[in-house]
Amino acid sequence: MMSKTAAMRDAYGEALLELGASNRDVVVVGADTTGSLKSGVFATKFPERFFNVGIAEQNLVSIAAGMALAGKVAFAGTYAIFVPGKSVDQIRNNIAYPNLNVKLVCSHGGISVGPDGASHQQVEDIAIMRAIPKMKVIVPGDAVSTKAAVKAIATIPGPFYVRLTRSSTPVVYDSGFEYQFGKATVIREGPDIALVACGIMVPEALKAAESLKSKGVSATVLDLHTVKPIDSETILKVARQCGRVVTAEEHNVLGGMGSAVAEVLGEGHPTPMKRVGVMDTFGESGEAGELLKKYGLTAASIEQAASGLMQSR
Amino acid sequence: MDTAQEIVHLKELALSTRKLILEALAEAGSGHPGGSLSAVELLVTLYFHVMHHDPKNPRWEDRDRFFLSKGHAAPLLYSILAQAGYFPTEELMSLRKTGARLQGHPSMGIPGIEAPAGSEGIGLSLAVGTSLVAKLDNRPFRSYVLMGDGEQQEGQVWEAAMAASKFRLDNLTAIIDRNGIQQDGLTEQIMPLEPLAAKWRAFNWNVIEVDGYDFSQIMDGFDLATSTRNRPTVIIAHTVKGKGISFMEWSPHYHGTAPTKEKLSDVLSELER
Repeated sequence: MMSKTAAMRDAYGEALLELGASNRDVVVVGADTTGSLKSGVFATKFPERFFNVGIAEQNLVSIAAGMALAGKVAFAGTYAIFVPGKSVDQIRNNIAYPNLNVKLVCSHGGISVGPDGASHQQVEDIAIMRAIPKMKVIVPGDAVSTKAAVKAIATIPGPFYVRLTRSSTPVVYDSGFEYQFGKATVIREGPDIALVACGIMVPEALKAAESLKSKGVSATVLDLHTVKPIDSETILKVARQCGRVVTAEEHNVLGGMGSAVAEVLGEGHPTPMKRVGVMDTFGESGEAGELLKKYGLTAASIEQAASGLMQSR
Repeated sequence: MDTAQEIVHLKELALSTRKLILEALAEAGSGHPGGSLSAVELLVTLYFHVMHHDPKNPRWEDRDRFFLSKGHAAPLLYSILAQAGYFPTEELMSLRKTGARLQGHPSMGIPGIEAPAGSEGIGLSLAVGTSLVAKLDNRPFRSYVLMGDGEQQEGQVWEAAMAASKFRLDNLTAIIDRNGIQQDGLTEQIMPLEPLAAKWRAFNWNVIEVDGYDFSQIMDGFDLATSTRNRPTVIIAHTVKGKGISFMEWSPHYHGTAPTKEKLSDVLSELER
């Protein structure tokens, strides 16, 4: 586990190919980023069911809504900075309000987009999407769970947002892994502290847990891939067991997964916690690894937060 | 029924539609009369002459689709749907009330409504989506969308216009209610649209201009749209905001101000004249 890396975008393309073969109602709509998103592989196999609308993200979302209205399972997406970034009204009014079968799968979430800089680094999308009624939000932790999640949501009616990462990331799960939408995955169990992560912070949380172990701290690691609807049951369970919680996400700490966990704990079982994430700031250009370090999105940051919580009692 | 007889029938429907719009708005105490009254003849023609639809089976797979992109004209669409038999006309008096089905702008759950509307500039994209599916699955239905003229200021309209001509959606007809007025004033002062027909031609659409109150022109326009191949059609209908009520005509104020209950009987009697 985690010795190799894979791209979530490639996994998305593979999932689309399988879905296209098994369900003739699956259509794919893109906006000039289909090569990058790997949704383009669907076009070579099923050209009649693939539609490129050009650089027009609002139109992308609304056309996908129209296709869902006429009975299709519409997969649409581009870079996260544009969807949801440029198309929130269309997502809210065309997809979520009528509860349509549109699956928005978008790549380039977070600051690990890298050299393109802050204009392309979406750190607000989880907050935006989880505030929209009926919208379901998934932030997969690796390529294996990305493929499983994309295949799973094709069979669940209603609107989804799936946030992917630009770069290749460590593979957390083996291919036999069974994905369960809405159910957080307990990857590692320990009684001292719970590390709750999503997206690329899942492997970082695992690294942090390993390092903490050498210091005598045994951590639970929870992959909270489904940010909405949130798995309150599992979150409360690990909070009761561990008594301390650290959340980690490649997103603004305001409104994201950490906020969602804080809501659950605040109402259900108030627990000392710390949030690791982007501290309400914009990113900048740089190599992904350097930026993640600079903005505190690493195993070391998670470990530091955990150690702080361990000492505070 | 020959054409002349049919036009007499459609005129009667236009009159009853205007009455229902004004009664519903007066009862609601808020809403948008101007852009509802301007497009009455267009929707009467669509629902009672052009479209294939079944009020007893609103989800019929091969029904023609209608999208009201100018969602604030909900009282118009509701009045049409009620008279077509989608729901009782009495229900129109519940418009905009808490717990009622008839929301201030179209929403799901109302028989005959295809999609929510209210945020301008979006309906054409939805119709592009349904038209693409009809082409993909070789199904016979057509998609229609009514847009406002002020709405042409939204960029998404032109994104959709490009897409519809790229995909050669000859099963799609857009209608523009060209009444020249938007909430803040005249379209040509707020953000000029002219030359509007030339813009749509430049986007490779088949453009037809009609008098929005001349039933035979409107019918011919829809016939021509249906018989046009490889290109979508836009019908630019020249209309009058607030049509039929003298103090509402050409008035930006009555874009979004309902008639009072006290004034209603005067207003209705003007229609009978």
